[in-house]
Amino acid sequence: MDELLREYLPILIFLGLALGLAMLLIVASLVMGAQKPDSEKNAAYECGFEPFEDARARFDVRFYLVAILFIIFDLEVAFLFPWAVALKDIGVFGFWSMVVFLGILTVGFVYEWRKGALEWE
Amino acid sequence: MIIQALAFYLFAIVAVASGAMVISSRNPVHSVLFLILAFFNSAGLFVLLGAEFLAMILVVVYVGAVAVLFLFVVMMLDINFSEMREGFLQYLPIGGAIGLVLLAELVLIFGSWVVSPEAGEVAVSPTPPLGEMSNTAALGQLIYTDFIYLFQAAGLVLLVAMIGAIVLTLRKREGVKRQVIADQVSRRPGDVLEIKKVPSGSGG
Repeated sequence: MDELLREYLPILIFLGLALGLAMLLIVASLVMGAQKPDSEKNAAYECGFEPFEDARARFDVRFYLVAILFIIFDLEVAFLFPWAVALKDIGVFGFWSMVVFLGILTVGFVYEWRKGALEWE
Repeated sequence: MIIQALAFYLFAIVAVASGAMVISSRNPVHSVLFLILAFFNSAGLFVLLGAEFLAMILVVVYVGAVAVLFLFVVMMLDINFSEMREGFLQYLPIGGAIGLVLLAELVLIFGSWVVSPEAGEVAVSPTPPLGEMSNTAALGQLIYTDFIYLFQAAGLVLLVAMIGAIVLTLRKREGVKRQVIADQVSRRPGDVLEIKKVPSGSGG
């Protein structure tokens, strides 16, 4: 347990450094820079124009479809990791169990391909 | 180890604080960003428990995918939040009543919680020590054989989610030009080209 955590110590140190540096930069610019805000300076910058509209424009639903299809295949790959690690121990049964799982998802994959959900118009 | 304890308190405090910010921040996009922070800190807590695989899955799936999905949903709904807050006091009694009902239900459920006798056996055979087997391998030995029905059910749930998302959101647009590679490849010069013989001297 301790050995495992010792392997993660560099990441913790990295995290600390990154946090410290980010804090330092923000605080330094707050303390050392001249702060004279006015309404024009605080306005959203839009390439020299007055801002046209709210930045939170409505997104097309197609982005959502791409994101949800990504999540599903992401999860499928996530299931492959422990399977690959333990394949030697779980034997033929475990192998075919995963093949059936992949087969079920391949049905969905073929469906989405035939439907044209992977195409961007 | 003192560093371990310090890291635990750091991750735990930040996770709880960002969880509180998720429900209290005014801007929904900020809420989603705080949710991502909470996910990262939970991943840190999992690492402290020795559950590396779960920590990485939390980062990959929750931070990488679910949080992006939440952002899309927040952006897609296009809610005007200042307008939405206007009726806050008006809806407070109904909302409070529903909250109370839910609280009562939760209390009833947890009050009648019975721990199954088999749960004790599971608890006394916890994850194998990390020296013998990694957390990922321990999961892999269970998921695909002992819990095969749940595993296949997960596959079916994913299939339903995939088909549901396509049925609900996929729309074909009319009048959009698409590339059809088979048509391009099977096209022959004779289909589109016509050679006209012009007699000499008759051009003008």
